[in-house]
Amino acid sequence: MQNNDKENTENTDKDLKYFAKVHSYESFGTVDGPGIRFVLFLQGCNLKCKYCHNRDTWDISGGNYVSLDEIEAKVLKYKNYISPRGGVTVTGGEPLLQVKFLIEFFKRLKKHDIHTCIDTAGMVAITDDIKELMKYTDLVLLDIKHIDPEKCKKLVGLSNKLELNFAKFLSDSGISMWIRQVYIPGFTDDENDLLKLKYFVLSLKTVKKFEFLPYHSMGKFKWEKLGLNYELANVKKPSNEEISNAYKIMGINRL
Amino acid sequence: MNFKQWEGFEKGDWTQEINVRDFIQRNYTPYTGDESFLTGPTEKTKKLWDEVLELYKREHDAPGGVLDIDTKTISTVSAHDAGYIDKDLEDIVGLQTDKPLKRAIMPFGGIRIVEQSCEAYGRKVDPEVDEIFHKYRKTHNDGVFSVYTPDIRAARSNHLLTGLPDGYGRGRIIGDYRRVALYGVDALIDAKKVDLDTLDVDDLTEDVIREREEIKEQIDALGELKVMASKYGFDISEPAKNAKEAVQWLYFGYLGAIKDQNGAAMSLGRTSTFLDIYFEKDINSGILTEQEAQEIMDHFIMKLRLVRFLRTPEYNELFSGDPVWVTESIGGMGIDGRTLVTKNSFRLLHSLENLGPAPEPNMTVLWSNRLPDGFKKYTTKLSIKTSSIQYENDDLMRITLGDDYGIACCVSPMKIGKQMQFFGARANLAKTLLYAINGGRDEKTGKQVTPKFEPITSDYLNYDEVIEKFDQMMDYVAKIYIKALNAIHYMHDKYSYEAIEMALHDKDIIRTMACGIAGLSVVADSLSAIKYAKVKVIRDETGMAVDYEVEGDFPKFGNDDDRVDEIAVSVVRTFMHKLQKHHTYRNSKHTLSILTITSNVVYGKATGNTPDGRRAGAPFGPGANPLHGRDTNGALAVMNSIAKLPFEQAEDGISYTFSITPGTLGKSEDERITNLVNMLDGYFKQTGHHINVNVFDRSLLIDAMDHPEKYPQLTIRVSGYAVNFTKLTREQQLDVINRTIHERI
Repeated sequence: MQNNDKENTENTDKDLKYFAKVHSYESFGTVDGPGIRFVLFLQGCNLKCKYCHNRDTWDISGGNYVSLDEIEAKVLKYKNYISPRGGVTVTGGEPLLQVKFLIEFFKRLKKHDIHTCIDTAGMVAITDDIKELMKYTDLVLLDIKHIDPEKCKKLVGLSNKLELNFAKFLSDSGISMWIRQVYIPGFTDDENDLLKLKYFVLSLKTVKKFEFLPYHSMGKFKWEKLGLNYELANVKKPSNEEISNAYKIMGINRL
Repeated sequence: MNFKQWEGFEKGDWTQEINVRDFIQRNYTPYTGDESFLTGPTEKTKKLWDEVLELYKREHDAPGGVLDIDTKTISTVSAHDAGYIDKDLEDIVGLQTDKPLKRAIMPFGGIRIVEQSCEAYGRKVDPEVDEIFHKYRKTHNDGVFSVYTPDIRAARSNHLLTGLPDGYGRGRIIGDYRRVALYGVDALIDAKKVDLDTLDVDDLTEDVIREREEIKEQIDALGELKVMASKYGFDISEPAKNAKEAVQWLYFGYLGAIKDQNGAAMSLGRTSTFLDIYFEKDINSGILTEQEAQEIMDHFIMKLRLVRFLRTPEYNELFSGDPVWVTESIGGMGIDGRTLVTKNSFRLLHSLENLGPAPEPNMTVLWSNRLPDGFKKYTTKLSIKTSSIQYENDDLMRITLGDDYGIACCVSPMKIGKQMQFFGARANLAKTLLYAINGGRDEKTGKQVTPKFEPITSDYLNYDEVIEKFDQMMDYVAKIYIKALNAIHYMHDKYSYEAIEMALHDKDIIRTMACGIAGLSVVADSLSAIKYAKVKVIRDETGMAVDYEVEGDFPKFGNDDDRVDEIAVSVVRTFMHKLQKHHTYRNSKHTLSILTITSNVVYGKATGNTPDGRRAGAPFGPGANPLHGRDTNGALAVMNSIAKLPFEQAEDGISYTFSITPGTLGKSEDERITNLVNMLDGYFKQTGHHINVNVFDRSLLIDAMDHPEKYPQLTIRVSGYAVNFTKLTREQQLDVINRTIHERI
């Protein structure tokens, strides 16, 4: 791991622009953005969500370096399906950790008129690179982990300060976003928290959609595979009624 | 020609000659809106459909699912008396026999099949019929077996060639049934008399004699058609004068065909837009309401859902679930850029809602990227709801077939009234590969089926050596395959000529020799394993290769990986070129399909272990599908792999069966529709040819397997047709359930 990192720092500029650490691809994504999405899963995350269903994407030293050219070629194989009405969604891990790559990647996608989308927790500082990336980003799926800073820290390892800032930044910059929250019984279902979340979302100007992602334990096996303890083992999948009720609190009529 | 029934239509070439396309182009009204104009079932429709459902139930409970058989009447266009479901309720009349779901005997294809079928359902053929066909009248089946050579027989009995139409009707011929409505039968007879006159030539060669005899038979069959219609109280000598008559006349044409022939696939053609012209005229002149129009179409569809043939239980292994392939092609674009979608295209599809899902008619949407959005959304909505629709690439087929073609059976396109095919079932290419390794010995029976070729003797398979021997073995298979098909179709023409269907064709038609292959993905994966991994051969005491050990990983077909996809493409091309080396009966054009129907299960059963690691007896992938579970990169990667197979070399169609869970397709109904539309647009832009779309959860099928009574109308798409799930054998049900259902967790 150390060796790798050293090599990377030596030619950081070049590598991180034209190479990404990739976990995997999905050619037919239908739930991460509008239309059919080519979904690129990047490796590495700065959070430690207890309910993570892609636990194997955390480790920054995992995954493989794949060149921008190769990824672009792969996307273009599916252009007939994802353009003009779908697009590419980059998720992870935390994709914004590889912001330099994303800038170059999205620039190329825009040349092909492909819709670009980032699925992020927004737990990053607003750097010049982030601002640059937003020029080529059509949509951000912002996963607000928790509206309460303390509960957020307990659940994912970081307070929500950065992501709420990030949301305001998107709103002020006119970037479209879908706000999402994983609905976890006993963790994110407190009525007062939901109301706080509601008023926060209402304060943003560019939200096109809000959705709850009902918690499921289908990622549990990945924790077990890595020999790790899955703390949420006893948490049950929320019922449809619970989800409908949560939408009601948010003041949204569910589709 | 001039008829008072044609008043109000724009005249043109079609009034000077038989030319239905010209009539459509001059008179149809494209429809670019949505489904909001449609109406629900009328009381009459509901009542009649309830009676049909009751009949279905009785049929289902009868031994072998056969309600009744007329064992005495030799079926012809006009042999049976009129029959009804409930005369007072029926807008459209006509049954194959004198009672609904009562099956007819059609012994001209082969008397033994008829006898076996009757016996299987506890009946006996009338002794007089038996005597006629055993003593005095030769059948198609007798003819073929009197000329089959030993090499053909060996290939057949060892399942190298399977499903050949030598004991059953070849089907896959579409009469232009619209002609009956547009012209009336007398004008068609007159036109045929002109054809006959052009064959009054100085030299009566064999070809001319045959053609003159055929045309005479066609004229007689048209006469019989009039007799049949008159039994129902209709005179169809002249054109139909309104929409109801147009549907009735057209249906009589089709009914004549299904009374005359027990063909494997008896397809309807492309009728909805033609009929729309009559509906528009009647609705605009105030003599018909939308509700009445829908009622006529619903009643027509009910008739198509009652078509039955008498077949043996063994036949069911090849083509399971009692399919008839009343394929109707809907939509598409005209060459002038206008869409051929009309309101009546919607009405036809809407029957899936008014009457509930059903396998027949085999609803086939001719998809173009330029189809109106409202139509794209409606068809995909119905797909998601009923899993009853297949889609074929109009943008691809229009290039060579124009804009008045239809699909016969599953994927075989042909110009309506201008083209027919000699159906050729398929050659088992996976077995061909095993024969290449074993020098022509069958891996199951140990018999020397082909002349002795040099077998491969090395411990590990060498790619170049296998390819060389596979090439030689394909040469051999192509040769006997065409020999067999030439014999079959010569005899079919001679002893079981489809006079009424051919009467609804032009005089000079295109004939294709429609060959097919099974096991393409098994062959591609096997060759890929040999090339990219190491394949060790395990031999029995006689030196025959009986199993293979694959060491290492290899690219597999269905993952959009050129390394193996190119092997599949090359196999298709190579085999096609080998077929083309052989002379075909009536100089028919060689074509190829990559389609197995449900026989992928039987073919698999008859084929030993293969070098890709597939176990002996395991089913092949259906049609062009990857082998079960080998595709790991998602649905679109599979589509890209299949779309690489060249339609130009496989003009008889490339079938792909796609199944997905509703949740994977999208979160809401709207999203599912949009995603399916985008997916189809994408697949067809990639030049994919055909796709069956199934949207269901695996758990639903498992429940239906255990509790069939709860799912009387559960319809799913298998290779090229739709089937009532509960009518499949358990083995086939399991195959469908185990087949890759795209699912995201």
